[in-house]
Amino acid sequence: MERLLRMLTQLHPEVTFTPDTRLLEEELLDSFDIVTLVSEIDEEYGVVIPAQELIPENFATGTALYRLIRRLGEG
Amino acid sequence: MTNVLQYLEQTVREKPYHLFLTDGQRGMTFREVYDQARAIGSCLIQSGVVGKAVAVLMEKTPRTVAAFLGAIYGGNYYVPLDSQMPRGRLEAIVDFLAPGALLWDESTRGLAEALPYSGTRIGYSQAAFGMIQEEPLRAVRKAQLDIDPIYVVFTSGSTGIPKGVVGCHRGVIDYVEQLCPALGFDGESVFGNQTPLYFDACLKELFPAMKYGGCVHLIPRQLFSFPVRLVEYLNQHQINTLCWVASAMTMVSNPGTFERIRPRFLRTVAFASEVLPVRQLKAWRKAAPGARFFNLYGPTETTGICCYYEICRELEDDEPIPIGAPFPNTQILLLDEEGRPAAPGAPGEIYIRGTRLTLGYYRSPEQEAGAFVQNPLQNSYPERVYRTGDMAMRNSRGELVFLGRRDQQIKRMGRRIELGEIEAAAGALPGVDSAGCVCSGEPQRLILFYTGPAEPEALLTGLKQRLPRYMLPNDLRPLEAMPRTPNGKLHRSRLRELADQG
Repeated sequence: MERLLRMLTQLHPEVTFTPDTRLLEEELLDSFDIVTLVSEIDEEYGVVIPAQELIPENFATGTALYRLIRRLGEG
Repeated sequence: MTNVLQYLEQTVREKPYHLFLTDGQRGMTFREVYDQARAIGSCLIQSGVVGKAVAVLMEKTPRTVAAFLGAIYGGNYYVPLDSQMPRGRLEAIVDFLAPGALLWDESTRGLAEALPYSGTRIGYSQAAFGMIQEEPLRAVRKAQLDIDPIYVVFTSGSTGIPKGVVGCHRGVIDYVEQLCPALGFDGESVFGNQTPLYFDACLKELFPAMKYGGCVHLIPRQLFSFPVRLVEYLNQHQINTLCWVASAMTMVSNPGTFERIRPRFLRTVAFASEVLPVRQLKAWRKAAPGARFFNLYGPTETTGICCYYEICRELEDDEPIPIGAPFPNTQILLLDEEGRPAAPGAPGEIYIRGTRLTLGYYRSPEQEAGAFVQNPLQNSYPERVYRTGDMAMRNSRGELVFLGRRDQQIKRMGRRIELGEIEAAAGALPGVDSAGCVCSGEPQRLILFYTGPAEPEALLTGLKQRLPRYMLPNDLRPLEAMPRTPNGKLHRSRLRELADQG
């Protein structure tokens, strides 16, 4: 989770991210950020997020995103 | 026809209660837009704001469009402002524009009040639900000419200072009348709008829908991060017409979205503002085999799109999609550096002739002089043409092919190179989603940035098979995301910065 929060902070150094920060509701992430995150997650965790998992629920919070990474990593 | 408001008025007579605009939260019928726009026009006239710029600082909702039309009803021209743009840039534009009125809505009220501005601030609700005053509206209409401005949109200037492009009734009417038959728009068209309302790109959805009584869905911006949801949205609302920037198309087709879900209702898919890789186009055509696909080209300075190409044959992966031919009543001149017609098949700069030319730049006579020029082919009478800075050539089929910007042309080992050609070659290789090439440093180095899983070594091997030696990049650098300008184009200056950082 810390690695993930670090990625988010790199995108937006002005924001203090916690696992429960509402990334979409508070409009912290735009489509450019999401493309970047998807690619960094591939690099850092070796996890490719397929199209059907590119949904707002999975990007709602750091916790949700981390859960997705764990789930896909196990598969 | 001499006034764009006639589109709305004709449709209000025929289909008053048809849905015109919706953003999923709120919808407005033609009648609602008509009434609210006329009330706004009345309010402006009463406030003494006629013949002025009316800044529209609103979130993207159906009401924004009613505000645009309201400005025109008041005899003014609307200037859409992006509430998300950096504060300093917004203040600079408002200062430069000095609008007669500033329209805000609930979501932008705080921002509107905080801006240093001494003119009339008007809240949307106060104006749109006020009195409609027929007499003053009629008087203003009677004085309007088709050469009067209806909007100013700000586009980035190469100097870094935004340029305001002033569009008029006549240009938009010519645009709509030529665009609609060419792309097959009609009363059944259900548009899925992607582009912001603060560029001229949305003209090709708003005015055709107004002309025929079609419907425009303002798709929530967030969906452009979530491709499966986006396609579900298209299907749910039976959206059949898309006019998107190429990068939005790629965002959908690239991650394998179409293996999960396909758009079911598409009839027309048009893309613009950048070169779409043929591979992405093929994925779309496969997913929507019943749709017609169009590549569009046109600078803001000549009112929206001026050239189009319907994809009607199989294209090679490394072949740029042609921009085809101009709409009727617009002419493209391909001229060499001396302003003479380019030799057949040779690259030339695109000059545009026609009634579609906008009125020019807002308060920028110097920029004006370099871009809107006397037709170099004749000097017997004054004739203004627009010099685009874009390079194109005619292929063996006579179709226009966009080559890149004049200022992106470089010379290397004594040969001319268009960076766009290198980008097209890279974009056609497997594992490359997008590519941007810049020239940097002394001695000159070509640096290719790209996104996608391709390894630099494999990419270079592939490029060697497609490009002459002198065009091969010195350096291949993968990026996580391609920097883009707010309207979705390749952000070349950002790439140059990256290149200079080494």
